[in-house]
Amino acid sequence: MTDTTTEMDGNVAELRNTVRDPKGQGDPKSYRISKDGETTRHEDAAWADKDLKMYTRDVHVHYGDNHAIKGVSVDVRPNEVLALMGPSGCGKSTFLRCLNRMNDPVPNARIDGTIALEGENIYDKDYDVVMVRLRIGMVAQAPNPFPKSIYENIAFGPRLHGLTDGKEELDEVVENSLRRAGLWEEVKDQLHQPGTNLSGGQQQRLCIARAIANEPEVILMDEPCSSLDPVSTNTIEELIMELKKSFTVVIVTHDMQQAERVSDRVAYFHLGDLVEVGPTNAVIRDAQDQRTKEYVSGHIG
Amino acid sequence: MTDATAQGSAPGGRRIDSDAFRSRLATRRRKGAILKYSGLIAICIALAILGTLLFSIVSQGWQGFLRTNVELEITYNEEIIGGDAEDIPSGAFQEIARNGLQKALGLPPEAEDYDPSDLNALISSGVRYDLQQAVRDEPELIGRTAQLSVPVSSTMDMAYKGKLNLDVDEGRRQLSNQQLEWFNQLQDDGRLHSEFYWGLFSNSDSRSPELAGLWAGIVGSFVMIGIVAAFAFPIAVAAAVYLEEFAPKNRWTELVEVNINNLAAVPSIIFGLLGLAVFLNTLGFPRSSPLAGGAVLVLMTLPIIIIAARSALRSVPPSYRDGALMLGASRNQAVMKTVLPTALPGMLTGTIIGLAQALGETAPLLLIGMQAFVAAPPEGINDTATAIPVQIYLWANAPERGFAEKTQAAIMVLLMFLLIMNATAIILRNRFQKRA
Amino acid sequence: MALQLTTLALFLIAITGFVMTRRRALAQGDGTRRNLHSQPKYHGYFVFLATLLPGLVFLGIFLLFKTPVVNWLTMNQLPAELRNQGSGALSLLFSRIEQHAAGGQTFGELPEGAQGAADFLAMARRAATWAIIPFALFPAALGFWFAQSRVQPTFRARNATEKIVRGLMIVCATLAVLTTFGIVMSVLFEAIRFFRMEPISEFLFSLEWNPGTAIREGQAAGADQGSFGIAPLFLGTLLIATIAMATAVPLGLLSAIYLAELAKPRVRKILKPMLEVLAGIPTVVYGVFAALTVSPFIINLGTSMGFDVGAKVALAAGIVMGFMLIPFISSLSDDAITAVPDKLRNGAYSMGATHGETITRVVLPAALPGLVGAVLLAVSRAIGETMIVLLAAGLRANLTFNPLDTTTTVTVQIANLLTGDQRFDSAKTLSAFALGLVLFLVTLALNVGALKFQQRYQEKYD
Ligand SMILES: Nc1ncnc2c1ncn2[C@@H]1O[C@H](COP(=O)(O)OP(=O)(O)OP(=O)(O)O)[C@@H](O)[C@H]1O
Ligand SMILES: [Mg+2]
Repeated sequence: MTDTTTEMDGNVAELRNTVRDPKGQGDPKSYRISKDGETTRHEDAAWADKDLKMYTRDVHVHYGDNHAIKGVSVDVRPNEVLALMGPSGCGKSTFLRCLNRMNDPVPNARIDGTIALEGENIYDKDYDVVMVRLRIGMVAQAPNPFPKSIYENIAFGPRLHGLTDGKEELDEVVENSLRRAGLWEEVKDQLHQPGTNLSGGQQQRLCIARAIANEPEVILMDEPCSSLDPVSTNTIEELIMELKKSFTVVIVTHDMQQAERVSDRVAYFHLGDLVEVGPTNAVIRDAQDQRTKEYVSGHIG
Repeated sequence: MTDATAQGSAPGGRRIDSDAFRSRLATRRRKGAILKYSGLIAICIALAILGTLLFSIVSQGWQGFLRTNVELEITYNEEIIGGDAEDIPSGAFQEIARNGLQKALGLPPEAEDYDPSDLNALISSGVRYDLQQAVRDEPELIGRTAQLSVPVSSTMDMAYKGKLNLDVDEGRRQLSNQQLEWFNQLQDDGRLHSEFYWGLFSNSDSRSPELAGLWAGIVGSFVMIGIVAAFAFPIAVAAAVYLEEFAPKNRWTELVEVNINNLAAVPSIIFGLLGLAVFLNTLGFPRSSPLAGGAVLVLMTLPIIIIAARSALRSVPPSYRDGALMLGASRNQAVMKTVLPTALPGMLTGTIIGLAQALGETAPLLLIGMQAFVAAPPEGINDTATAIPVQIYLWANAPERGFAEKTQAAIMVLLMFLLIMNATAIILRNRFQKRA
Repeated sequence: MALQLTTLALFLIAITGFVMTRRRALAQGDGTRRNLHSQPKYHGYFVFLATLLPGLVFLGIFLLFKTPVVNWLTMNQLPAELRNQGSGALSLLFSRIEQHAAGGQTFGELPEGAQGAADFLAMARRAATWAIIPFALFPAALGFWFAQSRVQPTFRARNATEKIVRGLMIVCATLAVLTTFGIVMSVLFEAIRFFRMEPISEFLFSLEWNPGTAIREGQAAGADQGSFGIAPLFLGTLLIATIAMATAVPLGLLSAIYLAELAKPRVRKILKPMLEVLAGIPTVVYGVFAALTVSPFIINLGTSMGFDVGAKVALAAGIVMGFMLIPFISSLSDDAITAVPDKLRNGAYSMGATHGETITRVVLPAALPGLVGAVLLAVSRAIGETMIVLLAAGLRANLTFNPLDTTTTVTVQIANLLTGDQRFDSAKTLSAFALGLVLFLVTLALNVGALKFQQRYQEKYD
C-alpha cells in the first residue's frame, strides 16, 4: 500500500469510539473502527484468541497461479452466525472450504497461513483431517444427499465414526437430528425411502440433519438457500437461528436481507481480500470501504 | 503439542476424545491404505500381464523374422538338366542342389553309406523350385557354377536357432546322427547364416514353415477391411445422424437403440452363423471369399461405429445447431453444414477403432470357410481367401515346430497393423481436440 | 464387367441429370434464384437421387438374388424323380450339374434328365451376366424421367430431397434391426430343423455330448449318430467363464478404482492408455498366448505338484480369458465411477469420511448399477468368446468342474462342428445352430440386463 492511500484513508484508520444507532431503534451499539492492510474492522468487543471458536491469520490460497485468497484474518466467535459476503468469484466458497480443509482434495490448491479451531491450527501435521471435519461440519450449496435411504443418510456419520452404541442409540440420534433440522414430522413415516426423492428444501434440511448427527462444533454453509424457493428458505433461516444456540455457524450468502436476518457478524470479501468485517448492522449500515458501500447500496436500495 | 490435548478440548467429554475413537481412526486409515495398495497392485498385475504377453510374443517370435540359409556352390550340370530350359522336371534341380551339398560336405558324388533323401531333407523343399525358376528366367545359366545362399529345411533352421534339443537319443531327435554330423560340419565351416526373412511378407501360406508367409492373409484382410470401410462407415454415419438428430423418441427408436447396443455385444461367432446361413447358404456368396467375410464384418462393425458416431454427435455443443437454425437453415442443413463437420473427426476415430477390431476378428471368418489352406492371395472378392488372424490360428494349430515362431511373428505383424491404425485414430483425435 | 459398366452408367446418368436439371431450373427462374422455391442445385440433387437410388436398389437386388433364383430355376428343370431325393444327394447332384455347366473337368455322366438342367444353367448364367444392365438401368431411367417432369419453379425440391435423404437414413438405422432379425431367423430355422431330428428334451437334459461324425452319403440323414446333451458344454462354459470372472472382476474393478479415484492425474494419463492397449489386442492373440505359453506353464506346474492334469486345461483358457476381460471391466467401471458426481464425494468428505471410506461407502454404492452392468457385459463376453477356448480348451465334452481337467465350451463346439465338411441335413451340423440359439438367447439376456442397469444409472445422474 502506498503512502497516498494511507493518507486518504487516514480518517478511517484513526481509532474511534462511537455510539451509533444505525436502525434508529434505540438499540445503540458501540464499536471501534480500525484498519489493517485492506481490512476495515468494526470491533464491538475485545476478544482474546483463546476465547474464539475459530480464527484465521493471514490465510492465502492459490489455485495454481490464481491467487484466490490474499491474506485473510478473521475471527469466529462461539455460538455466533458469521456471514461471508461479496461479489461472485471473490473467494467466499474457497475461504469457507479452507475452514474444514475441504480444499485438501483439490489437486492444484495451496493454502498458507493459520486456521485455528479453539486455538489449535487445523493445518498442523498432527491434526487429523477426519477430526477437523468431524468437529467442523459442512452443508453444501446444492443439496447432496447420498443415494441411500433417509435413515442411512443420517446414520452415515455416526456409523463411520462409531459415535453410537447399538441400534437404539443410532435410532435416537437419527430422530434427534431430524427433529433439530425440522424434518422429523415430514419424513418420520418414510425413513427408509431414498433421500434423493425428497424436495429440494427437504433435501437441504436432510443435509443439515446429516451434519448435525456428527455433533460438530461449527457448521459451515455455502449458500444453503440458493437453490430453494422462499418458503424453504424461510424454514432454513429459522433453522439457522435455532442452530446457533448449540453450534457456531459460518454461512456464505449473497442475500443482504438474509444476512441481516440470520447473522451476527458479516465479513465482506472482494477479489480475494477481506475488505470489511464487523457486526452485521455496522458493516451493512455503516460501511467504511468504498467497495463495501457500492455492494451494499446496490443491494439495499 | 500432543493430539490428546489438541483435539480433546471439545465440550462435554464426547466420545471422540476417547482412546477407542483414536484407535478406531487408525484402523480406518489402515483400511484406506489397504484399498489404495490393492488398487495399485491390481493395476501393476494388469500391466505385468501386458508385459508378459508382449514379452512372450517377442521372445518366441523374433526369430520368426529370420531364416537360416546355407552357402552352396551350385553347378547347373548340363547332364542332369538336359537342353530345354523350359521343360525340366523339378526333380533334376533337387539333384543339383544335393550335389552342391555333397560338395560342401566333401562327400563323394555317389551316395554309398547314406540315404540321399537324408541329404535332401537338409535344405528347404522350395529350393528346387527356385532353381527351376532361375533357369527358366536365364537359360544361359546351364553349365555354369554359381555361389548361392539357399534356405535350409525347417528342422535345420530350428537346430541353428537353438530351438531343438540336440543332446537326446537319436530316436527322439528330429535329425539323425548322420544329419546332425552334417549340420555340425556346415556350421563349423561357417556356411550357415541367418537372414531377414522377407518371405514372411511376400510369400503366402505353405506346408513348410521355412517357406510360409503372410502375403495372402495380408491381402485378404485388407480387402475385407476395405469392404467394411466402404459400407460400414457411410451406413453407420447415416444411422447415427438419424438416431441422434432426427429420430422421434418413441418405442420404435427405443427398440432400435436397444438393438444396436445389444448387437455390439453379440458374440462374434453368432455373426459367423448368420454369415453361414444367410450369405453362404441363402444368397450363394462363395465360401471363404472376401465378399462373404467382408459382409459379415460389415454387420459386426456397424453397431460399433454407430455407437461411436452417436457419441461424437452428442459431444457437439447444441449451440452450433441452434445457431444454424436461427439463421434460417433447415434442420437438414443445420446438421449437414455445422454438426456433421464438427463431429466428423470423432466419427473417423471411432471408425478406425472399429476397423481395427474387424482386422483382429477370427471366429466368424472360420465359420464362413476360412479355415482352409490358401496358398495365394485372392484375385477378386469372390476368390478363396484367408486373413492374418486366421493364418495365426492355423499356424498355432500346425504340428510342425517351425510354425510356433511363425505364429508369434505373425502376431507381431498383426499388432503392428493394429498399432498403426490406433495411432492414426489417436492423432486424429488429438488434432481434433486441439482445434475444438 | 457388366457390373462395372452398369454402375458407371448409373452414375453418369445421375450426374448428367444433376447438371441438366440445375441449368433448367435456373432458366425457368429467369436466371435468378429468387423466383424458385428451392435453389437450383436442390432440383439437381432431386433428379440425381431419383435416378441413382432406384438403379442401385435394383442392382443390389439383382446381385443378391441372382444365384438363388438361377439355382432354383435350374432345379425346376430336373425331372420329378430326381428332384425328390434327399437334400444331401440333391446338393451333390447340383454340384455335378454345375461342373457340367461350367464345362470344365467332369466326373462321369450326368443321370438321365439332368443334362437338360446343366444346359439350362449354363444358358441362365450367361443371360444373368448381361441381364443386369436393363434390370438396373430401366428403373433408373424411370426415376430420371419422373423427377425431370417435376421440375418447376414452385416445386419444393429441397423438401423433396431432404425427405429422400431422411428416408435413406431411416433405412440405414433399420439395418441394425434387420441384422438382429437375420440372426434370429437363421439360427432359429436351422435349430428347428435340428429339433425335428433330436428331441428338445434330450438336447436340454441329456448328460452326454458326442455328436459323432457326419458320414458322407449313404448314411440316412438325421440318423441317430450321437448324443446331443448340452449339459457338459454348459458346465464347461460355466467353468471357464467362472475362472475368467474370478480373475477379471477383482483385478478390473480394483484397477478402475485406482485409476478413477486414487491415481494422480499424471499417473492416470499414462496408465489408462496402457490398459486400453490390453483391450485392443485381438482375442486370437490371447488364444495363442493361452495355448503356447500359459497352458504349458500350468500343466508343468500342476504335474510337478502331483495333480492329475489334462492335456488342455480349463484353467489356462479361463485365466487368459480373464486377462482379456480386465481392461474391458476396468474401462466400463472407470466410466461408471467417474460419472458419480463430485458433490457426493464432497458430501462424504465433509462428514469426516476418509478417502477410502468415501470410495467404499459412497462412490461405489452410487456407481453400483454401472458396475453390475459392466460385470454382466463381461460375463456375456466370456460366454461368447471363441478364439481363446478354441485354441486352449479341448474338444472332449466332460461333465466336470475340475479346472485342471479338459473341458469344452458351447462356442468351441459351434466352431468345431461348422469347420470342415458340413452337410446341412445332418443332426451334427444342425446342432451347431441349436447351440448358437442358446448362446444368442443367454447373451441377449445378459446384454439387455446390463443395458437396463446402465440406463437406470444414467437416469439417476443425468
Ligand atoms: N477448484 C478450483 N480450481 C481452480 N480455481 C478455482 C477453483 N475453485 C475456485 N477457483 C477460483 O477461485 C476464485 C474464487 O472462487 P470461489 O468459488 O471461491 O468464489 P465465490 O466467491 O464462492 O463465488 P460465487 O459467489 O460465484 O460462488 C475464482 O477466481 C475461481 O475461478
Ligand atoms: Mg461460491
